Amino acid sequence: MTEQLKEDPPLGRVVVITSGKGGVGKTTSAAAISAGLAKMGYKTVVIDFDVGLRNLDMTMGCERRVVFDFINVIQGDARLKQALIRDKRLDNLSILPTSQTRDKDALTKEGVDTVLTELKQEFDYIICDSPAGIERGAQLAMYFADEAVVVTNPEVSSVRDSDRVLGLLSSQTRRAETEGSEPVKAQVLLTRHDRTRIENGEMMTVEDVLEILAVPLLGIIPESQAVLRASNIGTPVTLDEPSAASRSYEDAVARLTGQEVEMRIAGERRPGLFHRLFGRSA
Amino acid sequence: MNLFGLNLGSRRAKSAQTAKDRLQILLAHERSRGSGTPDYLPDLQRDIVQAVRKYVDIEIEDVDVRMDRSRDISSLEINVEIPAGKKPGSDPNT
Repeated sequence: MTEQLKEDPPLGRVVVITSGKGGVGKTTSAAAISAGLAKMGYKTVVIDFDVGLRNLDMTMGCERRVVFDFINVIQGDARLKQALIRDKRLDNLSILPTSQTRDKDALTKEGVDTVLTELKQEFDYIICDSPAGIERGAQLAMYFADEAVVVTNPEVSSVRDSDRVLGLLSSQTRRAETEGSEPVKAQVLLTRHDRTRIENGEMMTVEDVLEILAVPLLGIIPESQAVLRASNIGTPVTLDEPSAASRSYEDAVARLTGQEVEMRIAGERRPGLFHRLFGRSA
Repeated sequence: MNLFGLNLGSRRAKSAQTAKDRLQILLAHERSRGSGTPDYLPDLQRDIVQAVRKYVDIEIEDVDVRMDRSRDISSLEINVEIPAGKKPGSDPNT
């Protein structure tokens, strides 16, 4: 496999994980997808675009090893290879953390372009973890993307924001601005899917959401205890012990690489009487 | 919900404890500097390069700085790679 990776030029595919709305699972998904791609053998780097509110490092569990960051590289204070943190679990996975001290104005289009161009020489997948919102950080995270994963919860404000982001992807990106180039390939990743609440008619169904957004579905991630656990211990869901969430992420990752995987709605077991009586604790 | 939390099993309790420990270590460092990344690192790297360059011709990328923060101590590991063929004493300005 290493031989093959050396012979073939890297794919150099830039994928933005975005949503508009905060708290829907962008960073969790960026971590799970990048680890999933690396597990499949793709050389992968995940970049935190949320300047000033660094969190990807915690989700990936490398927060104590950050020395230089994305902004240091853009501003010429450090070389890219000095800022890249090699994952301790998977050797073909790297993390480019962002700065905790600067603000989003430290990101420049030219700087981001230079870093991504250099990463494309070495990596198959470059996963850009977008900040929430639609301002500078989010715009730059999506600007150079080849593909987009729009993380959406089956909930009105999340779906509305995803729609807005899909609009930006089709107008405010390099692909959109370049005559004759393919548009950014956008797909929806539905997270925090709760089968019980859908069956009770309390939550919009997958079909409802897709009908509104009218883009293809990358995957359905069930609401799962495994997601909180993984974040607690600083491990991407796809590298933690198997769960409904990790399997759903693995399916989504396989689809991202072009494999055909049947869509299944996984879910934690229906809550028992105990949970129904006392409600959820989180 | 703590009473009911008892039946959630010990493994989840452990992961919550891990989360708390990780945050305490990280935030202790961030608060003591008022920031996440110690901002002196780029300057430190530049100074090291300048000091070493008095003797050996190296580039900024030959210096590798690594940090590991833990509860009691943080370690800063600095690795200076001296490229083969570089002669000690060569003038960095030429």
